[in-house]
Amino acid sequence: MTMTESGTAYWKANLRLVTGCLIVWALVSFGAAILFRPLLLGIEFGGADLGFWFAQQGSILVFLALIFFYAWRMNTLDKKFGVDEL
Amino acid sequence: MDTQQILIYIVVGATFALYIGIAIWARAGSTGEFYAAGRGVHPVMNGMATAADWMSAASFISMAGLIAFMGYDGSRFLMGWTGGYVLLAMLLAPYLRKFGKYTVPEFIGDRFYSSTARIVAVICLLVASITYVIGQMTGVGVTFSRFLEVSNTTGLFIGAAVVFAYAVLGGMKGITYTQVAQYIVLITAYTIPAIFISLNITGNPIPPLGLFSDTVGEGVPLLQKLNMLMTDLGFSEYTERNDSILNMFLYTMSLMIGTAGLPHVIIRFFTVPRVADARWSAGWALVFIALLYLVAPAVGSMARLNIIQTIYPGDSEVALDQRAIEYEERPDWMRTWETTGLISFEDKNDDGRIQYYNETEFFADTAEQYGWAGNELVINRDILVLANPEIANLPMWVVALVAAGGLAAALSTAAGLLLAISSAISHDLIKSVINPNISEKGELLAARISMAVAIAFATYLGLNPPGFAAQTVALAFGLAASSIFPALMMGIFSKRINNWGAICGMLTGLLVTVGYVFTYLGMFFLPGTNLLPNTPDAWIFGISPAAFGTIGALFNFLVAYLVSNATADTPQEIQDLVESVRVPRGAGVATAH
Repeated sequence: MTMTESGTAYWKANLRLVTGCLIVWALVSFGAAILFRPLLLGIEFGGADLGFWFAQQGSILVFLALIFFYAWRMNTLDKKFGVDEL
Repeated sequence: MDTQQILIYIVVGATFALYIGIAIWARAGSTGEFYAAGRGVHPVMNGMATAADWMSAASFISMAGLIAFMGYDGSRFLMGWTGGYVLLAMLLAPYLRKFGKYTVPEFIGDRFYSSTARIVAVICLLVASITYVIGQMTGVGVTFSRFLEVSNTTGLFIGAAVVFAYAVLGGMKGITYTQVAQYIVLITAYTIPAIFISLNITGNPIPPLGLFSDTVGEGVPLLQKLNMLMTDLGFSEYTERNDSILNMFLYTMSLMIGTAGLPHVIIRFFTVPRVADARWSAGWALVFIALLYLVAPAVGSMARLNIIQTIYPGDSEVALDQRAIEYEERPDWMRTWETTGLISFEDKNDDGRIQYYNETEFFADTAEQYGWAGNELVINRDILVLANPEIANLPMWVVALVAAGGLAAALSTAAGLLLAISSAISHDLIKSVINPNISEKGELLAARISMAVAIAFATYLGLNPPGFAAQTVALAFGLAASSIFPALMMGIFSKRINNWGAICGMLTGLLVTVGYVFTYLGMFFLPGTNLLPNTPDAWIFGISPAAFGTIGALFNFLVAYLVSNATADTPQEIQDLVESVRVPRGAGVATAH
């Protein structure tokens, strides 16, 4: 693999990872907490519905997990493609 | 002066002495230290500093109350102001750290090879940051006058003097380490009263768990009980949505991309040693922010329940009108806060009891049956956090800590904003446009002078806040969302967007958003100059002005794409620049530790 090909592959892998993470990001906040909340009304959670939990608490917890997952995956990608900082 | 006052003076004085001590220890000796703390800040430290930078007087004092009174609809602030960090971590921070310069307009100017683009970015930055800083300065004055019994003006001058000490001496370096200290002060002050309230009401010492637990005594889920009491009083259920789905969606999105596009937050990520650190640091920032943002909705709902139960104590089987407390029997904290005007009572039906309810049409019959002649208790939202220690009967030093926490929140955000403002002036205007030959020493001096002038200007605005101050926050987020965020994102993720595309896109996003905001809130917020009434019926598709940033951003993306495709391709060296920003290797190394 030449430098440019490897660079392109690294960037594509990054884009795939970002896309995946942002789908989850949108699903919990805009999805579960807003758009699909009416569908989740039947699922009770601590005196309210699951959508309310996602809106007030769940989304934030998932956001946290997403950023750390992304940082960890990118570190391995950086090393795999040899673009990590020395 | 009573014991409480002396304690507040001691605690606030001690924190201020700490901040000034840090200022003397962390002086900046170069522009690299003044603008980016020498890029030697540990990612966890930077996370803490970012959290303090981000969480303002409004987050500390007003957010829990806002959520308490908005219920589910308030979730937009919780998701919006945290979800933006996911975007920062994945779409902006690591690449801008790799770029390795000092300001946000500098990236826009270099990437779009245009000083026009840079100046458009500077204007957006200045408008967004200055509107934001007004709120912090007034927050300092208000906190001082409430807790330390000095005038607003004196309080503001003391606060400005402290910021002056560490921001002018230390620049980003001084600000970073004071923000770390300020974070610790503010999070301690926020969580201690919250733990006790949660224990009192739910028996669970962890407020976010308490929010979804049963109440002590009756064993009914807290939120169910709150829903019940609120409907009994003519309010809609706490967990019910009152806003339209479309507006809720766009509002949340505007806050998210606005958060990611605010320059004073972005520049914090320029201070860490490596690109990988910028990613971790965004995660740590959200950890420290979440500590407050997970507690705030718990405090909100519990305080709301507590207030309702204070006014209507006793068995829920008894009708409400029998349960309303006598005004003379109100608890001490109500008496204390009545003197500040934050809570006020007017006995409209002369029965000597307090009636607190929602005056809506469908509740009018019930109110008449009860012999109620209108809502008699007006409660300021801020009281929920400020009076918490007294409501929960906590010792006096906790009250002192809350005062210090409110000041820490306001000062840390003000300092971050002032750095964004002064570096835009000294680096983006003086160094790049007015006098490019300025020496390193000359630029450092210019940066210090810009900072001093920015502090003086912010103090002036804090003393004479324009009447429209509260409404301009919508504008700050709208501008960041509609002009800065899309330009940065396209600059990194597309090589095709060229100078014309970026300039036209930013200007379109800016004008569309400002136009929409001014249509409903008045030209330059002057009362009476709005073209349409600021009501949901008059909004286009029911989109509120504060939610319009998302639409502005869409216009920005679209115009930038169309114009770029109709004009010349980006030059090779710019495409190389984009390539280099995308990989971590080769970033500027730390200059100091």
